[in-house]
Amino acid sequence: MRTDQYNGHDYYLMDELLSDEHKLVRESARAWVKKEMSPIIEEYYEKATFPKHVIPGMAEIGAFGPYIPEEYGGAGLDQISYGIIMQELERCDSGLRSTSSVQSSLVMFPIWKYGSEEQRKKYLPKLAAGEMIGCFGLTEPDHGSNPGGMITNFKDAGDHYVLNGAKMWISNSPFADIAVVWAKNEEGRIHGLIVERGMEGFTTPETHGKWSLRASNTGELVFDNVKVPKENLLPGRSGLGAPLSCLDSARYGIAWGAIGAALDCYDSALRYSKERHQFGKPIGAFQLQQKKLAEMITEITKAQLLTYRLGQLKNEGRATTAQISMAKRNNVDMALKVAREARQIHGGMGITNEYPIMRHMMNLESVVTYEGTHDIHLLITGFDITGESAFK
Amino acid sequence: MKILVCISKAPDTTTKISFTDNDTKFNEENVQFIVNPYDEWYALVRGLELKEAGGGSVTTVTVGGSDHDPIIRKALAIGADNAVRINTEPQDGYTVAKEIAAYAEGKDYDLILLGKETINYNGSQVGGMLAELMGLPYVSVASKLDVAGDTATVEQDIPAGKQVVEGPLPIVISCAKGMAEQRIPNMRGIMAARTKPLEVVEPAGAAPLVTASKFSLPEDKGEVKMIDAENAESLIELLHNEAKVI
Ligand SMILES: Cc1cc2nc3c(=O)[nH]c(=O)nc-3n(C[C@H](O)[C@H](O)[C@H](O)COP(=O)(O)OP(=O)(O)OC[C@H]3O[C@@H](n4cnc5c(N)ncnc54)[C@H](O)[C@@H]3O)c2cc1C
Repeated sequence: MRTDQYNGHDYYLMDELLSDEHKLVRESARAWVKKEMSPIIEEYYEKATFPKHVIPGMAEIGAFGPYIPEEYGGAGLDQISYGIIMQELERCDSGLRSTSSVQSSLVMFPIWKYGSEEQRKKYLPKLAAGEMIGCFGLTEPDHGSNPGGMITNFKDAGDHYVLNGAKMWISNSPFADIAVVWAKNEEGRIHGLIVERGMEGFTTPETHGKWSLRASNTGELVFDNVKVPKENLLPGRSGLGAPLSCLDSARYGIAWGAIGAALDCYDSALRYSKERHQFGKPIGAFQLQQKKLAEMITEITKAQLLTYRLGQLKNEGRATTAQISMAKRNNVDMALKVAREARQIHGGMGITNEYPIMRHMMNLESVVTYEGTHDIHLLITGFDITGESAFK
Repeated sequence: MKILVCISKAPDTTTKISFTDNDTKFNEENVQFIVNPYDEWYALVRGLELKEAGGGSVTTVTVGGSDHDPIIRKALAIGADNAVRINTEPQDGYTVAKEIAAYAEGKDYDLILLGKETINYNGSQVGGMLAELMGLPYVSVASKLDVAGDTATVEQDIPAGKQVVEGPLPIVISCAKGMAEQRIPNMRGIMAARTKPLEVVEPAGAAPLVTASKFSLPEDKGEVKMIDAENAESLIELLHNEAKVI
């Protein structure tokens, strides 16, 4: 097993912009990843399953809702700390980060923002501690980029609701204890419902055969006349804007996370370029390899600057959906390109699991698609700057 | 049990080392500092384990300027109850020992723990001097420590095996590998560290006994000479006459 020699790269001395607490949060997350995750990630990727035994450790380092207030079991940290944790997790594996993103931004965030006080008290402390795992059901078999067209629906049956429909591509669904499900009421308005495992008619079949995000479990949510208690409806917000605001929070974390994957690829490629000799010198001494490495660190540095500024705006509550889209799209695309170049620098070794590159590259193919595809984010920016919607 | 743990900072192990002021000072520009690993992994964590098992308190003490605060906060995040920083630059092992002794004197610590050395200067002086200045017993390079009643039982790794020694509290012990496992600060700890007390005290004003007059880096490693497997004679010749190792 390869030892994890990763060390961050900070070409523009961005660390000077971080607080001591940010750095401590990062140091702890990185140390935890190196101790608990790096030694096992390849094995779990190969087995195509999430290492559930690390969930308590993830909770310890603040991977579940670090920005949720302390009264609900969160850490009350700022948005930059959240980003830093996502980056350290995705530096290891996008699947690990996905589990954390879903729990934090797609499950805890809506319960915190749109839930009743009873719902917050009932679910948030357990979710923060990793005693309960959640998933987020928005995408349907026939409604991916166009979630507003969803057909999953619920009807008022007096003292409860009756939920019908199916969700697809749901991260964590096979083992989640609860699902935040978005469905239309009889008037066609979208609401969030908390569905618990064990409710009659609710099943979560796993999706097999993924070549990407293998260390994260993905599945369906199937609702066959599921009786959902009325107190499980999120009362605070309805309409498509409710789930989309959760996506804003998750996409923000992905913007940070993707830099982590890119840094890991760059870090490995830079080290390899110094160690591997051909034609009597290290391959890093050849101009063609230097071009790749120099371009990688340039793109990583640009993404770091973009994302740090976004973090400041997010802390001030000023980051717009379109600004978050730009960072998510740019950074994931950047990470994919870095992974592809890094793969080439490693030569044949780059295709093996001796190095993390292929795994990152395959993972990033999901990351570039979920939480708004690469194309859809461009449409969001296009809409924002022209005022013309090109979605339909 | 009242435990005092001495904590100092050290450059991260991946730091590129260089010097300033005519090679008399280590260049701290852009250097990432960490808690000296022997202080953190062994002294502090063992101190916390003893407190958790038997009650009491763990205080950390650091001689240094405010640039030491980040590593002190980390020690608090790992679990120390409170911290003291003696506000003066550490100059040599003696000034550090003297300042800590002046602070700790009369405060009734049962156990004073510190790392066996720092990973930058590797002087291994502070523990012995501190014990002497305070008139306390001292055990160095301990790999295991237990306390029962008023007696500390300490295991040390010695060349051929292990040695077990006992000493009465209060006692000073320098800690080495084996004492405890690394503890990663968790989110609760990081949050709690925000409000734990970090007291800054003025120094007693100890003067150094020695000063560094010059630092230099080790010489670059020489070229590798490849010798054909068939040609053992030439290898022996080179080991004799060039490397002069046999
Ligand atoms: C591993 C994984 C985990 C996931 N986890 C979750 C989860 O936890 N919860 C959840 O709800 N969803 C999840 N998803 C679903 C994900 O959000 C969707 O896959 C994504 O929104 C795209 O939807 P789709 O796959 O149906 O693609 P489609 O929407 O069918 O898109 C296919 C292609 O058409 C393009 N396209 C679509 N509309 C337009 C347009 N108007 N203009 C131009 N091009 C367009 C897209 O960019 C894409 O290239 C996950 C997906 C994956 C792969």
